[in-house]
Amino acid sequence: MSQDILVTGKPGKPGKPGKAAGGDFGRLGDRRKYIPVLATASLLVAMFTVGGIRYEGFASGQVVLNVFIDNAFLLVVAVGMTFVILTGGIDLSVGSVVALSTMISASLVTGQGWPPLLVIPLVLLIGAVLGFVMGCMIHYFEIQPFIVTLAGMFLARGLCYTIGTDSIPITDETYTALAQARIDLPGDMFVSPSVVIALAVVAVAAYVLHYTRLGRNVYATGGSEQSALLMGLPVARTKIAVYTVSGFCSALGGVLLSLYMLSGYGLHAVGMELDAIAAVVIGGTLLTGGSGYLLGTVLGVLVLGLIQTVISFEGTLSSWWTKIFIGLLLFVFILLQRLISARRT
Amino acid sequence: MAAPAPILQMSGICKEFPGVKALTGVDFRLLPGEVHALMGENGAGKSTLIKVLTGVHEIDAGQITLGRTPVAFGSPLQAQQAGISTVYQEVNLCPNLSVAENVFIGREPRRLGRIRWKEMRHRAAGLLARLDIHLDVSAPLSSYSLAIQQMVAIARAVDISARVLILDEPTSSLDAGEVAQLFRVMRRLKDEGIAILFVSHFLDQVYEIADRMTVLRNGRLVGEYLTSELSQVELVGKMIGRELADLEELDDKPKELAEVERSRPFVEARGLGRPGSVEPFTLTIHEGEVVGLAGLLGSGRTEVARLLFGADHAATGELSVGGAPATLRTPRVAMTHGIAFCSENRRAEGLIPDLTVRENIVLALQATRGWSRPIPRRRQDELVARYIEALKISPANPEHLVKNLSGGNQQKVLLARWLILEPRLLILDEPTRGIDVGAKAEIQRLVASLADGGMAVLFISAELEEVLRLSHKVGVLRDRRLVAELPNDDDLTTGVLMETIASGGRA
Repeated sequence: MSQDILVTGKPGKPGKPGKAAGGDFGRLGDRRKYIPVLATASLLVAMFTVGGIRYEGFASGQVVLNVFIDNAFLLVVAVGMTFVILTGGIDLSVGSVVALSTMISASLVTGQGWPPLLVIPLVLLIGAVLGFVMGCMIHYFEIQPFIVTLAGMFLARGLCYTIGTDSIPITDETYTALAQARIDLPGDMFVSPSVVIALAVVAVAAYVLHYTRLGRNVYATGGSEQSALLMGLPVARTKIAVYTVSGFCSALGGVLLSLYMLSGYGLHAVGMELDAIAAVVIGGTLLTGGSGYLLGTVLGVLVLGLIQTVISFEGTLSSWWTKIFIGLLLFVFILLQRLISARRT
Repeated sequence: MAAPAPILQMSGICKEFPGVKALTGVDFRLLPGEVHALMGENGAGKSTLIKVLTGVHEIDAGQITLGRTPVAFGSPLQAQQAGISTVYQEVNLCPNLSVAENVFIGREPRRLGRIRWKEMRHRAAGLLARLDIHLDVSAPLSSYSLAIQQMVAIARAVDISARVLILDEPTSSLDAGEVAQLFRVMRRLKDEGIAILFVSHFLDQVYEIADRMTVLRNGRLVGEYLTSELSQVELVGKMIGRELADLEELDDKPKELAEVERSRPFVEARGLGRPGSVEPFTLTIHEGEVVGLAGLLGSGRTEVARLLFGADHAATGELSVGGAPATLRTPRVAMTHGIAFCSENRRAEGLIPDLTVRENIVLALQATRGWSRPIPRRRQDELVARYIEALKISPANPEHLVKNLSGGNQQKVLLARWLILEPRLLILDEPTRGIDVGAKAEIQRLVASLADGGMAVLFISAELEEVLRLSHKVGVLRDRRLVAELPNDDDLTTGVLMETIASGGRA
């Protein structure tokens, strides 16, 4: 038959068989969707270049690896946040769940003398259950995620203080050994075990998002929840799953933070939920859901970390400048997203 | 063709909603390999029939048989699994996902839980090619036109279950070329033996594509006909039924134009215009005069109304209201001049479905008083009772939620809201669209009596007969220009109006 069915609004480069790099997201179908991620990547490169020119000793691999080491917990938390934001939701409880996880770990390990191998799975379970409960409330009672997770945030933070109001140091041998362990890399560089764990989480999450039904349902739900329902997709299961994932990631982030700090404290990770959201947004994920990549989130975390590094290299600047730069960056990226989605419609 | 056994048989279907009998003893059958149109006016029960068929609503009585087995679906998903898929006017797909994903999501080809993208794309492209659609299936759905999106929805529906396909108003937002594409796809599916139930308001389209039609009226079956054996005129007669007589009751022609022109002009627009919206026009509306606006959809009818109501700003020209020059910066200013505007989108722009009839009616009056001076409840009740009676709003319960009213009654509530302000100019944009014939006649009668009482009315309607019946003079719009102003005398007929619309007033 003829080719007379014409397609209006042809996407970029139609008919060109792009390399199937792993899913439709890898095709050249619509390049505009990569603009936010590319913008973040260029920003990162630019920051690193400028830093390398300005400061002695900045342009080394270890500086980048240190950003990973210092932000491994944030990366894990941001991965969970990416799942939630992709469905169009938000999770404000992550910072508090991180703090609660450090507190439970510290009190059980130091106070009760439980073995870490028992404590860590328990903490992860608690985080996942908290997320699961919030997900159920959000879905079955049709309550705004904002308010449910706000309640979760207060609850988890408050629970920290029922365990103790002071910082609890962790002196357990396994913990200190893990915390001080270095994994040597060629070229005199090293990372901590936390970085390996965080990157493993990123890899698993990326696989889930792009190669499993759960992942695609996350995108579908974020694109149009109503349509996803009418197409017979398990929207309930998906929404509850993303908050469970976020709760689990927060708890894991808490475990990594307790390794980093070697303590549990109710005032750990205050405001980390906002850092995580900022990283996800700077990474190009739309707050309205349905669009974004995990790679962007990784880049977003790196940008946040690199800002801190730059400011510490500068030496004279107060650390509050970090917040100012993050604020400005967020403005720029939100505007960028606005422009892109406006052109699409 | 020899009539094969019906794939779908519905018999004696009854469905009652609180206060409304939506379907009474309706029979319907669908043969494999046919396009069957379901016809009827708004409120005839078409959507209800589709909804009970697809499991959105339960039936109160009757039986549905699919193939040879009796069925009762609890949800659209169950209906889909049994082989009945519905594609609605608004496309229910995910615009952020690729075309291939939209076809296969929830059913992706997998190996060990890993989605096989390559195979999915390949199969999606093959499926669409079967419908003669060739496109890049890895592009996001949002990069394609609505028509393509709709066909992707059809491809998905057909691939999931290929026995009965329901298309509910699929053509209402498509242009002529896209409709032709859709029809090509429908013919192809028909040839594959799929039974298609087609709902459309466009008679020409129905006659082009449908083999057979079932006509409903007021929730009852009128009959099943072969398209080839029923003329369009006969069809309309069957859809409207005996109630056609209702319309005739109204005096055929309104008062002589000369008589109303003697009264004072209320609104005079001289060279009023707005680039991109409507070209400068000059129009005078006298007190007690009904001015009709005719023209095709998008010809600028609504834009004229918006300028006169201050919803848009005029870039050129001047306006005088009640003899004094006026600048209508906002609708609020227009309202203080005694201008009321009943919008055509009564759902989106007018009524608040979750408020009661009373609350909806007093809304505009309250707005003019400001929130600090609430209308006393007793006064509200009086006013509302008066207008419920005057407009015969049914049910006559002021505490009824507006969303539970029929379209015609919702329109009356909206009218009441503006009438309560006692406007001097009432702008009605498509006040009778989508409401049943009885309510239509009532609204027309009301407009005529309001004008007799001295109110100026600007009446916009796509139905030329209605414009002619009510108006003293008719302004004809074409391509965003007021091309003619015709006095409604004995020489003016719908034929003349249509010619004017077609020729742009040059004839």
